[in-house]
Amino acid sequence: MEHLIEIKGVSHAYTTKSGPLPVLDGLEIAVPEGEFCAVVGPSGCGKSTLTRLIAGLMRPDRGEVWLHGARVTSPRKTVGMAFQNPVMLEWRTILENVILPLEIVAPKMPRAERVARAEHLLEMVGLKGFEGKRPSELSGGMRQRASLCRAIVHKPDVLIMDEPFGALDAFTREDLWQTMRDLRAAEPFTCVLITHDLREAVFLGDQVVVLSGRPARTQRVIDVDLPADRTLDILFEPRAQDMLHALRDEIRIAQGRVPAAPAH
Amino acid sequence: MEHLRKIGVPLLSIVVFLGLWEGLVWVNGWPNYKMASPSDLPPAFWKYHMLFLEMGWQTLWRTVLGLCIAVVAGTGLGMIMGFSRIARDALYPLLVGFNAIPKATLVPVIALIFIGQHDFNTVLMAFLISFFPIAVSVSIGLSTLEPEYRDILRALGASRLTIFRKIALPKTLPEFFGALKVSVTLAFIGTNLVEIVSPHGRGLGALFKSGETNGDYPLMFAVLIALAFLGIVLYYAVVALEKIFAGWAERPHA
Repeated sequence: MEHLIEIKGVSHAYTTKSGPLPVLDGLEIAVPEGEFCAVVGPSGCGKSTLTRLIAGLMRPDRGEVWLHGARVTSPRKTVGMAFQNPVMLEWRTILENVILPLEIVAPKMPRAERVARAEHLLEMVGLKGFEGKRPSELSGGMRQRASLCRAIVHKPDVLIMDEPFGALDAFTREDLWQTMRDLRAAEPFTCVLITHDLREAVFLGDQVVVLSGRPARTQRVIDVDLPADRTLDILFEPRAQDMLHALRDEIRIAQGRVPAAPAH
Repeated sequence: MEHLRKIGVPLLSIVVFLGLWEGLVWVNGWPNYKMASPSDLPPAFWKYHMLFLEMGWQTLWRTVLGLCIAVVAGTGLGMIMGFSRIARDALYPLLVGFNAIPKATLVPVIALIFIGQHDFNTVLMAFLISFFPIAVSVSIGLSTLEPEYRDILRALGASRLTIFRKIALPKTLPEFFGALKVSVTLAFIGTNLVEIVSPHGRGLGALFKSGETNGDYPLMFAVLIALAFLGIVLYYAVVALEKIFAGWAERPHA
């Protein structure tokens, strides 16, 4: 199967005052085209570094990152990013914020087409009627919805999200999971989601990659064999519960709280 | 009602201020060579109104020109310091040291270097005294830009220039205008320093000096009021620009 994203033996270390600080150690991740890969792991294990590597904002010390069969050495126009901070430009309206990537990626696209595209996305995430508002007039959840629209407005092949729902309250977060699911159904893209929330990983992911503690290795990959049109209720079913338990155990191992089971 | 409050309240405060001033002079029975009272001012203005117009214009254009140069140079310096740590480390002590020098001491220095270049010297001093707040605020605005703001465009392969134009520059505008408001008043100080100290100077500063020479105290006070008036005009011009270019930073009142 063709893998859209391939991370092969990636290691990386930061230079600090007290010497090199290795954060990634021989990481292996492969995401087929159109799949949703959720990455979980203990705090400070280098997950954000991973997003910057995939986006081409950084180059790893060792190993390779491949997108679409080409090695990533610099940023590419076919990537969209969303962060925990919605990073709204306060001097632009919501509509103009969503249009921003098009100004870079498709400078020749007619204005009317840009507006139509942005309005269409905003309507899909439930922000119709808020196009002309300033970001400061919207709630945190609404700003994050707008941020998602901006991340995919230029139809990227790859959407990279670094804990995008981390700062939201539990109910808003669940709303946004469903928005994310609907967006994916309407606009196919391959996605890497960094998260701390195991339920989020199971609800949204096609595969869940568990990273070990720092320096991060790929500790376990769990395939989520749930239907694509899942509802929140699925999280209460035994098969999802089993997965959540398995993930919980893996995180405990990654945190170093229990010794890893001997290989069999 | 809103308009009435916006204009009426500041106007009322000015009237109250003038009233207190007049009262102070009247109660103490000060003659106008000790302290002129507001009622001495209209005759002084009327007597010299052509001079006030001419000199006021001189002071105004030099101040504005000096300020414009300060905006360009200050923004340039701020950009260099905001983007490069090395430049910041190298330039900060120099700038702080220079800013600590009382500018009055520079007047004779400049006057000796550029003898007789009154316009040039005045503009130069207005610039020298007013660029510092702008440089510091722009550099801080740029160096404290959160990395995510850069990354949303950098991840799309945008150039540094594009990132500066679309993100860093607008995000720094509120700080820039804050600094510009300080610089406006500083620039007036610079202009007047040179105008007062230089022999055969022009501008309101020179008019002040001639009032002093001739013992015309109401004229001196009238010049001070004219300067205050010009300062207010220029300050509110900056406020108007701020509303246009950085009005988004103002939160609606809750």
